[in-house]
Amino acid sequence: MVQQSIGERVLRKEDLRFITGKGSYTDDINLPGQAYACFVRSPVAHAIIKGMDISTATAADGVIAVLTGEQVAEDGLGSLPCGWMVHSKDGSEMKQPFHPVMAADKINYVGEPVAIVVAETFLAAKNASELVEIDYEEIDAVVDISSAQSAADIYPEVPGNTVYNWELGEKADTEKAIREAAHVTRISLTNNRLIPNAIEPRAAIADYNTGTQDLTLYTTSQNPGLARLILTAFVQIAPEHKLRIIAPDVGGGFGSKIFVYSEETALAWASKKLGIPIKWTAERSESFVADAHGRDHVTEVELAMDEEGHFLGLHVKTIANMGAYLSTFSAAVPTYLYGTLLAGQYKTPNIYVEVDAVVTNTAPVDAYRGAGRPEAAYLLERIVEVAAREMNLDPVEIRRRNFIAPSDFPYQTPVALEYDSGDYEASLNKALEMADYDGFSERKKEAASRGKKRGIGFSCYIEACGLAPSQLAGSLGAGVGLWESGEVRVNATGTVTVLTGSQSTGQGHETTFAQLVASKFGISIDDVEVIHGDTGKLDFGMGTYGSRSLVVGGSALSKAADKVIAKGKKIAAHMLDSDVEDIDFEDGEFRVRKSNQSKTFQEIAFAAYVPHDYPLEELEPGLSEKAFYDPANFTYPAGTHICEVEIDPDTGVVDIIKFTAVDDFGIIINPMIVEGQVHGGIAQGIGQALLEQCIYDETGQLLTGSYMDYCMPRADDLPSFEVGMTCTPCTHNPIGAKGCGEAGAIGSPPAVINAITDALGIMEMDMPATSERVWRAMQQAGGA
Amino acid sequence: MELSQRIEIPLGAKQVWRSLNDPVILKQCLPGCELFEAISDTEFNVTIMAKVGPVKARFKGEVKLLDVNPPNSYTLSGMGKGGVAGFVKGSATVRLEEKGSSVTLMTYSVKANVGGKLAQLGARLVAGATRKLANEFFTNFVRLICNDPDGKLEINLETVEEA
Repeated sequence: MVQQSIGERVLRKEDLRFITGKGSYTDDINLPGQAYACFVRSPVAHAIIKGMDISTATAADGVIAVLTGEQVAEDGLGSLPCGWMVHSKDGSEMKQPFHPVMAADKINYVGEPVAIVVAETFLAAKNASELVEIDYEEIDAVVDISSAQSAADIYPEVPGNTVYNWELGEKADTEKAIREAAHVTRISLTNNRLIPNAIEPRAAIADYNTGTQDLTLYTTSQNPGLARLILTAFVQIAPEHKLRIIAPDVGGGFGSKIFVYSEETALAWASKKLGIPIKWTAERSESFVADAHGRDHVTEVELAMDEEGHFLGLHVKTIANMGAYLSTFSAAVPTYLYGTLLAGQYKTPNIYVEVDAVVTNTAPVDAYRGAGRPEAAYLLERIVEVAAREMNLDPVEIRRRNFIAPSDFPYQTPVALEYDSGDYEASLNKALEMADYDGFSERKKEAASRGKKRGIGFSCYIEACGLAPSQLAGSLGAGVGLWESGEVRVNATGTVTVLTGSQSTGQGHETTFAQLVASKFGISIDDVEVIHGDTGKLDFGMGTYGSRSLVVGGSALSKAADKVIAKGKKIAAHMLDSDVEDIDFEDGEFRVRKSNQSKTFQEIAFAAYVPHDYPLEELEPGLSEKAFYDPANFTYPAGTHICEVEIDPDTGVVDIIKFTAVDDFGIIINPMIVEGQVHGGIAQGIGQALLEQCIYDETGQLLTGSYMDYCMPRADDLPSFEVGMTCTPCTHNPIGAKGCGEAGAIGSPPAVINAITDALGIMEMDMPATSERVWRAMQQAGGA
Repeated sequence: MELSQRIEIPLGAKQVWRSLNDPVILKQCLPGCELFEAISDTEFNVTIMAKVGPVKARFKGEVKLLDVNPPNSYTLSGMGKGGVAGFVKGSATVRLEEKGSSVTLMTYSVKANVGGKLAQLGARLVAGATRKLANEFFTNFVRLICNDPDGKLEINLETVEEA
């Protein structure tokens, strides 16, 4: 028997089907009699819809129906909701524009859907979509975030285009610390806007059965349970018990598939209206304009220090772009997932952050791998590096002087969070050794002899993940709970079916969860099957985001498995004629402590379903247990990333020579999967730092709408990453895990920019550090 | 995108002006033009088949003459819709200055903006496409009104400004 336990590098169970083309994604599914949809999207960013003529399109060959935003409004569909209520400084609720499923009378961003054409073939739908005549009366678009608050209001209900002015921390104490400090470092930063670009575009099939009145929505979702709740309770598409959401294999999400969007909602509504199944698969161009984007902050930071470089106060002022509407998670991103992280790994006693969230005539902005935490880590690790240079301190030394020590845990930060565990020196020391920091000056000299500028940059990041304690989240304005559900069904033959409310978009749930449960029961991982992504099979669950799958979903499974073991002990006690207290369960066997008598896990499972020798008067038959797990705190993965670059002074091209990441994710179930997550995260972080930038022109036209203009990182842009781990277990979940999905994207961007500015001997460099920007910076510094 | 160019034409200003107001001549000179039909003295229905980078589409729209000051200057301004391809907004201000009895200096500034899919896929190509379209149009125009179908005339479009 292959028994693979926690900590082993088990190959991914799901990869056989993925690498042999047997995966089943939404677009692979076809239903009998299905029609196809094409959305008509606005080509302008801000306009009044003066008129719409659908007659030619409706009469076109193969067209079944053309449905418009006006009909959505007539049917009384609700606003697509934002799940978090954030309050401004003055206690007032955030200002939330109505977010229609399709626009009826006003356009607020390029790509906003205004009509859906349903036809017998996709080509017929697409051709007919060109025949919908719409008369737009254009209005000046609000695009630039720095001037959005003084521009004309996009919505009367959002005065000053300001959704909220949020604050956290002690303002007066922080300002006093800055006034009285020996030295204050000040920087301005832009956190560049990104487009998620999951490899599988969004897709859906809505299937309304006129006989049963059940509505089934197959869709590319990270959280089918949450999507069902939103479509039911807020948009009122169908009653919860009549709506089934199935997320089959999903090819990447990075946050962009958390949200409940217009298109999938319109499809469900249209299927119900027309009584036929309808399919839509986004074309890549649609993904650029219609998936929620990420980041997009402008920030001013001040860091106050004493003579020795001890941090005394941090003051942060940020304007965050929300885009045209508040997407599902958006309000929480630049607040609870950002401001609360500004202590980083440091004992800064006074922190104050204020965030103005603004609406603009651009696509909605929401959570994207890291969501708020990359923005926090970027500003903190950039200003710490600049401070070290201004104070003539080694960037490693200034960090050491300010670290929260291992003896300080649990550590209450001035920005609401209580860190449970960590050892920041340990990660830093290991990273320094792996990166050979001591040898850097020699390497710099050697590079100079070849005419190259070599630099090294650090980032000691922390993040809060494993979202989230429901009561804390609720007190902060979350509209839902943030627990997870899990079910462990032991079959009669002793194999196990595991059901989780979490949802894989490629992370490897089917392996990690199987490994977790198999090790609990002492059985082979091959005897465990993981089911996810179908509200028709599962309990309500919250899905995958915020690096929560193992930490919260895995904890639920761990608890359910414990219940199975507890029941198994009772069955074994009966069969072995012993007291329950005398039964131990180890290595797949229930054993009476004082004798050699034992029953295997499989024998107990069989007895539970064939209860001939069974305590039926005390115990129900069957061996299947459920658990809902609500975390007591966030988890706090942290680590050190070190980036070493060489820059060609003639071209400004940045070559990442070496990238070292040492992370503390607590207990690790499968190191191979964790390293894969770190690799992917770093690749995305380097993409943000060097290559990616979403650009709208001043009229709100998206100029980076294809891979010709939006540059994604490729293998030849990246070195082979050096990845190491340290471990301080999470103190409050049953696994001790901390979550690893986002850390790479959070920790890496500041390390890259710090390395570039180190190489060039400059203080400022905005992302993406393209060769043009780097070359210009060198010319300005006079150092080519 | 803004482009300003000038050229000397061996004709009197009045003759050049008449041609600039003749929809038949304008249609012949405009590459890909399928329709240039007068609705009034200053308004025209126009259809052009155009290709910008990866996007090829038929743009339909209305062109208006603004600030008409015969025989010295006018502005042609229009917007063309290309269905899902997006839209083009453009204008051309043309000035004529008589240098002698049969020499006219024609100066024109062209502006173009694109929106929708055209912007998403081809914004970086718009400057090139606009320059090409302007060059072709004004070259065709000079040859046509100077009765030079064989292209013997040396056409020298001098760029004044480009941004």
